[in-house]
Amino acid sequence: MSTTIEKIPAKFGETKRKDLWWLEPLLYFIGLGGFVVYATWAAFQGNHYEYGPYLSPFYSPELVFDWWKFSPAFLILWIPAGFRTTCYYYRKAYYRSFFMDPPACAVSEGCKKYTGETGFPLIFQNIHRYFFYLAAIFIVFLWIDAYKAFFFDGVFGIGIGSIVLTANVFLLSCYTFSCHSFRHLIGGFKDSFKCGIQHKVYEKVSCANEHHMLWAWLSLFSVGFADIYVRLCSMGIWTDLRLM
Amino acid sequence: MKEAKFKVYRGDDKSGEEIAYTVPVEEGMVVLDAMHHIQRNACSDLAVRWNCKAAKCGSCSAEVNGKPKLMCKSRLDDYDLSQEITVRPMKSFPVIKDLVCDVSWNYEVNKKIVPFTPKEGTDWTMSQRDVERSQEFRKCIECFACQNVCHVLRDHDLKPKFAGPRFFVRVAGLEMHPLDVANRLEYIKDDMGIGFCNITKCCTEVCPEDIHITDNAIIPLKERVVDEYYEPVKMVLKGIFGKK
Repeated sequence: MSTTIEKIPAKFGETKRKDLWWLEPLLYFIGLGGFVVYATWAAFQGNHYEYGPYLSPFYSPELVFDWWKFSPAFLILWIPAGFRTTCYYYRKAYYRSFFMDPPACAVSEGCKKYTGETGFPLIFQNIHRYFFYLAAIFIVFLWIDAYKAFFFDGVFGIGIGSIVLTANVFLLSCYTFSCHSFRHLIGGFKDSFKCGIQHKVYEKVSCANEHHMLWAWLSLFSVGFADIYVRLCSMGIWTDLRLM
Repeated sequence: MKEAKFKVYRGDDKSGEEIAYTVPVEEGMVVLDAMHHIQRNACSDLAVRWNCKAAKCGSCSAEVNGKPKLMCKSRLDDYDLSQEITVRPMKSFPVIKDLVCDVSWNYEVNKKIVPFTPKEGTDWTMSQRDVERSQEFRKCIECFACQNVCHVLRDHDLKPKFAGPRFFVRVAGLEMHPLDVANRLEYIKDDMGIGFCNITKCCTEVCPEDIHITDNAIIPLKERVVDEYYEPVKMVLKGIFGKK
């Protein structure tokens, strides 16, 4: 028995795949979309971002100026937003889940015009390394915040919030320093390593880079959760437990 | 005896159909064995390209249940045998007959790449740490599964402008070679069209040799292209002080 079929599937979503190919882009869409919606909402609030020694990562470093009439988060968030938007991993995630370009491997896009990253605005993905430089500075401030989170009225102590903020900056550091651009800048640009130490560092960064996707997702959730934690403690909905 | 039901594409580039076949299943059987069974018992003119049956020659690329695969590496016990398994030729290349495609375009692309170019009187001693990056790329068996799945070739058919992941792997091996002195960056950017790649990693997902095509070849090349053509600080310095 035979059936004549069209050889080239051209319509959007056409494929011969029989697995749940749509599940991965759907999860990306929910994960990334949910974070963007929450982060935008939290940035617009402009309040409940501090509680005791804790400072929400969305508002760190705290920049409060008389001339700035909007939420201080907007002075900060363009840096991590730019870093993640131009990140080589997130590009894969949102090209697949938001732009359906392609929705999944071997699944038709049904779209004719394509310029990739050769034209405006996607050619600006090439400035990823500059967002890396800024994000690395941002990480320094977050480590200072995590350190301060262990001092309550000048006395050393440990609260759940101290652990949340420290875990968050650890994950953000792993994400930032496993970046593909950092890997290139630290040694990837070279054809020959004259210096053994540089090669060792390059190897370590390459090793971390293999898990860049994992760090990207863990740090995304941790930074969102850190803000939720500080916000809910500040609003009096959650109580910060003191372990020490 | 267990049986597997197949739907195999029969035809050429202009027209074709999927023909149903039933094949008895033996332990350890792969899709290529099933195609050979069909050749022996049902239709001797079924065209299948194959050679080593050991996932080393890259000849038996096809699409099994819609995914680019080596037929010799696709074990039947990985599939749900209660459902039909579809076997089709690679979509990105013209079909000569049945499962055999004309992949000659790839060899034309390959010819245009500047080959390995050592400097005159080179010292051929190399350290392992300098050559290990290129060694990964030498694993490529030219099955062209990456070329087949890449949406730039598959959906947008940008063959005149875009060389495809297989050749970024080759050129990465040359560019990162410690003794190679040729500069191919302009060629990579303008002729191979690296900017069209939006790093959705399908090539890496289908590579039967587990080459990290996107992370280790394409992204490092993109970063080298950024160094040369999209680095604003360098561009300003070049503008002030001239090209070098």
